[in-house]
Amino acid sequence: MKPSPDAREAQLRELMLAAQDGDAAAYGGFLRQLTPFLRAYFRRRLQNRPDDVEDLLQETLIAVHNSRHTYDPSQPVGAWLHAIARYKMVDLLRAQAGREALHDPLDEDSAALFTDAEPAAAEARRDLRVLLARLPDRQRLPIEYVKIEGLSVAEAAQRTGLSEPAVKIGVHRGLKALAALIRRQR
Amino acid sequence: MRTDELVAALAAGAEPVDRRAPLRRMLLAAGVGLALAAALMLALLGPNPELGRAEMPPMFWVKLCFAGAVAAAGVLAAARMGRPGARLGGAAWLAGAPFAVLWLLALLALLAAAPEQRMPAVMGSTWQACPVNIALLSVPAFAAALWAMRGLAPTRLRLAGAVAGLLAGALAALAYSLHCPEMTAPFIGLWYVLGMLVPTALGAAIGPRLLRW
Repeated sequence: MKPSPDAREAQLRELMLAAQDGDAAAYGGFLRQLTPFLRAYFRRRLQNRPDDVEDLLQETLIAVHNSRHTYDPSQPVGAWLHAIARYKMVDLLRAQAGREALHDPLDEDSAALFTDAEPAAAEARRDLRVLLARLPDRQRLPIEYVKIEGLSVAEAAQRTGLSEPAVKIGVHRGLKALAALIRRQR
Repeated sequence: MRTDELVAALAAGAEPVDRRAPLRRMLLAAGVGLALAAALMLALLGPNPELGRAEMPPMFWVKLCFAGAVAAAGVLAAARMGRPGARLGGAAWLAGAPFAVLWLLALLALLAAAPEQRMPAVMGSTWQACPVNIALLSVPAFAAALWAMRGLAPTRLRLAGAVAGLLAGALAALAYSLHCPEMTAPFIGLWYVLGMLVPTALGAAIGPRLLRW
């Protein structure tokens, strides 16, 4: 049977009071018991950003550690912990909201989204043609037929007059050569 | 770092801590703040020349008690705001009571006064200087109270900043009342309170930024 919240509160309180008196074993037990509760608490509330849960958990444990002198025995330890966890979570969300506001330039109008897409794709196609033209035929043709036009290796072999293994090797070496060309261009 | 490693590292650093640290810290800040406010008052304004020469009127003691009571309640409230999840609770009533008493005295004084004496009782002769001087004298106490709060763990930063500001304002009013020649409850109820509200509002404004942890 799981312990009731009251029993858990009483147990955590006892460990916390011992920890405040400098009992390292009690303090370790306190933090270990606390960890799964905090993890579950943050997981429930940060469902769309699971990557932040563990960071936030660690941040909160450090906060608990640094402010353990502010726990008053007349206060429920659960309320104290909840206030710290909530504070740290709100702080994180606020900081991220601030950062994301920086990523998203507000002065750029929304039409930029539509005007950008087409020219960018067209430029990419043009760049690819230019680079492809610099490859030897035995690499350029296999890439054009297989990777761009979407033919099978057998069809490409028939059209180019190369053997199937030669087409495969041509695609492979050609892509490598293209990658090298792109790197050099940068 | 993995979480269980962090827990082990934190547990290894389990030195005993002082449970009364919040109150102690706030008392220290209040002591330093009051001493600096008094020093500023002596240096810039000088003490009331009547002080020690004549029997002070009862309103002088009312003034001292008012500012002292707000400062005492402010220390309690600020220490409480430094604890995560704690509520102001009784401390808010404790801080509000001196204001209620003062305003009641002011109301009674205004009712008892002849109509043509009411305005002079409210405005005194130094109403322009009083709030400015109290706000000025509160600067060191304001810094001290914020320093003390930063060593704690407030989770409601605006309220924590406001309470720290009110404490600083009350300490400044306490120091200022040793200079101030005004001895009417309506004057104190308006201008002293306004002066104390300046650091309170400032604390509420900058608390969220200055008290983050």
